Amino acid sequence: MENMLKNQEQLLSKIATNEGHGENSAFFDGWKAYDMNPYHPTKNLNGVIQMGLAENQLSFDLIQEWVKNNPRASICTAEGTDELKDIAIFQDYHGLPKFRNAVARFMEKVRGNRVQFDPDRIVMSGGATGAQETLAFCLADPGDAFLVPTPYYPGNDRDLTWRTRIQLVPVVCDSSNNFKITRIALETAYQTAQESNIKIKGLLLNNPSNPLGTVLDRETLTDSLSFTQEKKIHLICDEIYSATVFSQPGFISIADIVKENIASCNLDLIHIVYSLSKDLGFPGFRVGIIYSYNDMVTDCARKMSSFGLVSTQTQHLIASMLSDYAFVDKFLKESSKRLATRHGLLCGKLAKVGIRSLKGNSGLFCWMDLRRLLKENTFEAEMELWRVIINEVKINVSPGASFHCSEPGWFRVCFANMDDETMMVAMNRILKFVIQSKEIEANNSRKQCWGSKLEISLSFRRSDEFFMAPHKMSPHSPMSSPLVRART
Amino acid sequence: MELKGSSNLSKLATSDDHGENSLYFKGWKAYDNNPFHPTRNREGVIQMGLAENLLSVDLFEDWIKKNPRASICTPEGVHAFKDIACFQDYHGLPQFRNALAKLMEKVRGGRASFDPERIVIAGGATGASEMLMFCLANRGDGFLVPSPCYPAFDRDLRWRTRVQLLYVDCESRNNFRLTKQSLEDAYENARKANIEVKGLIIANPSNPLGTTMDKATFKMLVNFINDKKIHLVCDEIYSATVFRGPKLVSVSEIIEEMECDRDLIHIVYSLSKDMGIPGFRVGIVYSYNDKVVSCARKMSSFGLISSQTQYFLAFILSDEEFVEKYLTESAIRLANQHDFFTRGLEEMGIKCLESNAGLYVWMDLRPLLKEATFEGEMDLWRVIISDVKLNVSPGSSFHCHEPGWFRVCFANMDIKTMRIALARIRKFVVRENDQVPQQGMKQKKSSKGHLTLSFPSQMYDEAWVVSLQSPHSPLPQSPLLSART
Repeated sequence: MENMLKNQEQLLSKIATNEGHGENSAFFDGWKAYDMNPYHPTKNLNGVIQMGLAENQLSFDLIQEWVKNNPRASICTAEGTDELKDIAIFQDYHGLPKFRNAVARFMEKVRGNRVQFDPDRIVMSGGATGAQETLAFCLADPGDAFLVPTPYYPGNDRDLTWRTRIQLVPVVCDSSNNFKITRIALETAYQTAQESNIKIKGLLLNNPSNPLGTVLDRETLTDSLSFTQEKKIHLICDEIYSATVFSQPGFISIADIVKENIASCNLDLIHIVYSLSKDLGFPGFRVGIIYSYNDMVTDCARKMSSFGLVSTQTQHLIASMLSDYAFVDKFLKESSKRLATRHGLLCGKLAKVGIRSLKGNSGLFCWMDLRRLLKENTFEAEMELWRVIINEVKINVSPGASFHCSEPGWFRVCFANMDDETMMVAMNRILKFVIQSKEIEANNSRKQCWGSKLEISLSFRRSDEFFMAPHKMSPHSPMSSPLVRART
Repeated sequence: MELKGSSNLSKLATSDDHGENSLYFKGWKAYDNNPFHPTRNREGVIQMGLAENLLSVDLFEDWIKKNPRASICTPEGVHAFKDIACFQDYHGLPQFRNALAKLMEKVRGGRASFDPERIVIAGGATGASEMLMFCLANRGDGFLVPSPCYPAFDRDLRWRTRVQLLYVDCESRNNFRLTKQSLEDAYENARKANIEVKGLIIANPSNPLGTTMDKATFKMLVNFINDKKIHLVCDEIYSATVFRGPKLVSVSEIIEEMECDRDLIHIVYSLSKDMGIPGFRVGIVYSYNDKVVSCARKMSSFGLISSQTQYFLAFILSDEEFVEKYLTESAIRLANQHDFFTRGLEEMGIKCLESNAGLYVWMDLRPLLKEATFEGEMDLWRVIISDVKLNVSPGSSFHCHEPGWFRVCFANMDIKTMRIALARIRKFVVRENDQVPQQGMKQKKSSKGHLTLSFPSQMYDEAWVVSLQSPHSPLPQSPLLSART
């Protein structure tokens, strides 16, 4: 067996045989646990509830209604099939002009029409995954590095470094200031890299942030811009959650900052990554976008887009949908509202039993603070807690270590990929677990204090009522959820 | 035109390694600037440099109208919209992979079977080829490529992977067949240059030759790669464009008939050519190597196929009756189009390599070269683009070893447009011959002594004159589509 493995290593590339794909991280173990035993409201009530996948499933009814009313948006309806020929044959990597126009207008709308986007700068890619990699190929050589504030999306490791051979240098942020990115942290990371002879080519920001669920404030954005301009390095802003902002403060895009500083700014260093996977809830459609203010990068990225263009069938659909401005306005408004409600349900109510989250206003997740449930302040303890959550509480959440968080005890918990009933079941499980933990904690030690704001009720029956919608007494909803389905 | 913003970028971004300065693409640009249109721009450039299959897409339209469930946007299909829009599993929809496996089996006449679990989806053949290179070779390693070959291999296989392409020259004296000697020579040259050869890639059917590989050559090839322990990547994206015998011999059949380390065998497939749907970006890697399947699948995240498209294709390709009808009809239409074009050329004394597949012919214009050099080829090509107003692709852009060959595509136009193209070629040929001292209008020898332009008989002359006097041919109207707008 050993010989066979050795032979494979010689036979294949280093990329094929290294761990750069990142799939052995704990982040994926949780998915695997879910895949093996997925929750279903009737078929598998004891299954694992998926709260580790940042998907936006709350507003599909609006999309489906629009689709039914607009058959010409599809080349596969009777009304739309006359366009099939032209669409199926179109492989120009510039993309359908109407698609680029529609995406540019949509991005403007999401930013309150405060800024303009030039459709000729819109470059397609294979999802945000493809966009990140393509930008890395354009901006950095093997061995070069990007600065990335922690905690950050685990997929960055694969997307930015696996095939490009660049490195990521973390900019450490911590809870002492709500994980805000400080100028000092940026400078420290930059200096450390310099001392190790690592050439920094850029800074990657994620705004709104995954996993924090917060937007970057104006100060952070202007600091980041001036830092990168001064160091003559690139600034890449991943804005894929831009339309998931559901409460104040509003979203400030790097495009806003650029507009305000247009006279003094070297635009050649500024690039935006976008996608429709989160804002619209279409990860399957693989709509990734690179928007660069640099002509050469636009040109190069466009050539590279051949490796992962958006299907013209999908470009055609998206072009029609996003050109319906009345629909887009309605969708953005309603989607925000539903995200706010869901966020309030999860984070707000759990806060009342002493489970705090970072105060968030965007994204499809909460950044939950479970530090007080750790046996000790270590990442081993975090892993232990995580296994308990997966195996006993039967919820897949994502441990902070997988996001390169510098402090143990934080978990990302997604809330937008399930229906209300499943949400209730999940919250009940969490509540039950918290209460049990508190009982154990109270028995084992008198050190910790939960704080004066605790309002726990120790009666399970009353806590069921506390979390259930008034008309449902039973956690086993008679309604089969159309949203969460055991995946085959 | 120099673009702004070049400082502080990667070497990839600032070099020309993307390959788009190749003449292959320059011809496209000439077309883009002045595209032919049957009513709006009859003097425009006719696109014969793009290997597209426009001949049978009407069959799709008919099917779609009868099968609304195949779309997530119809009333009958919209119930699936959410699940499909959310489906981002890089394994791809199981029903899609199953349907693709069946299609590939059908195209090979049931002579091979395919395991859907080995199908890895990718962003077109472009994405699939690059992905395989990332899996099989390190930066600086070499891959052998028989020439002439698809020009965009420079970009797809080499640009971001930094793999080196080592051309194995094939020659017209044996109809560009791959020989053991040429393989051994290329391998040895690489070894001397300290380049580690990791594999060999072939296109079968060949682009630009339009021929399929014969069994004897294939077996020789498989023995070669086994012996050297290097990978064999078979790009079979034109497999269903075989329009007459000999039948396609796929690598999937060869490995059933001989000893072979299957860990070395990989197929690239796509629906862009066979089905005429390049816009849908349907590419796949099929590998017999488990580790490659696993690795490629992880990499496919960089360029997956839209789930909307997977869903639709799963339906249509699962309809065996449709697939059967499509494959049969498509082959007939390709044969008709090919024959119409090559007979027209023959009548002017222009020969093409005898072919049985593909969407193009490999035209021998060596007799028209002023000198048998690549400069001569370039001169001729410029004239063809600017005076004859046809975009064809010069052999040098395919890394052909001999000047004077051109790839000319025929499946992206209707018969009317093809007649115009033939008339233009005819006019040019006559004009060229007028410039050469007459030899009884019988023969004109090229510097290599081959018989080339010939004006065989009175019958030809009459046919030629008739067509000049009457552009509206008495031949039956083609059922094909009109020139694209």
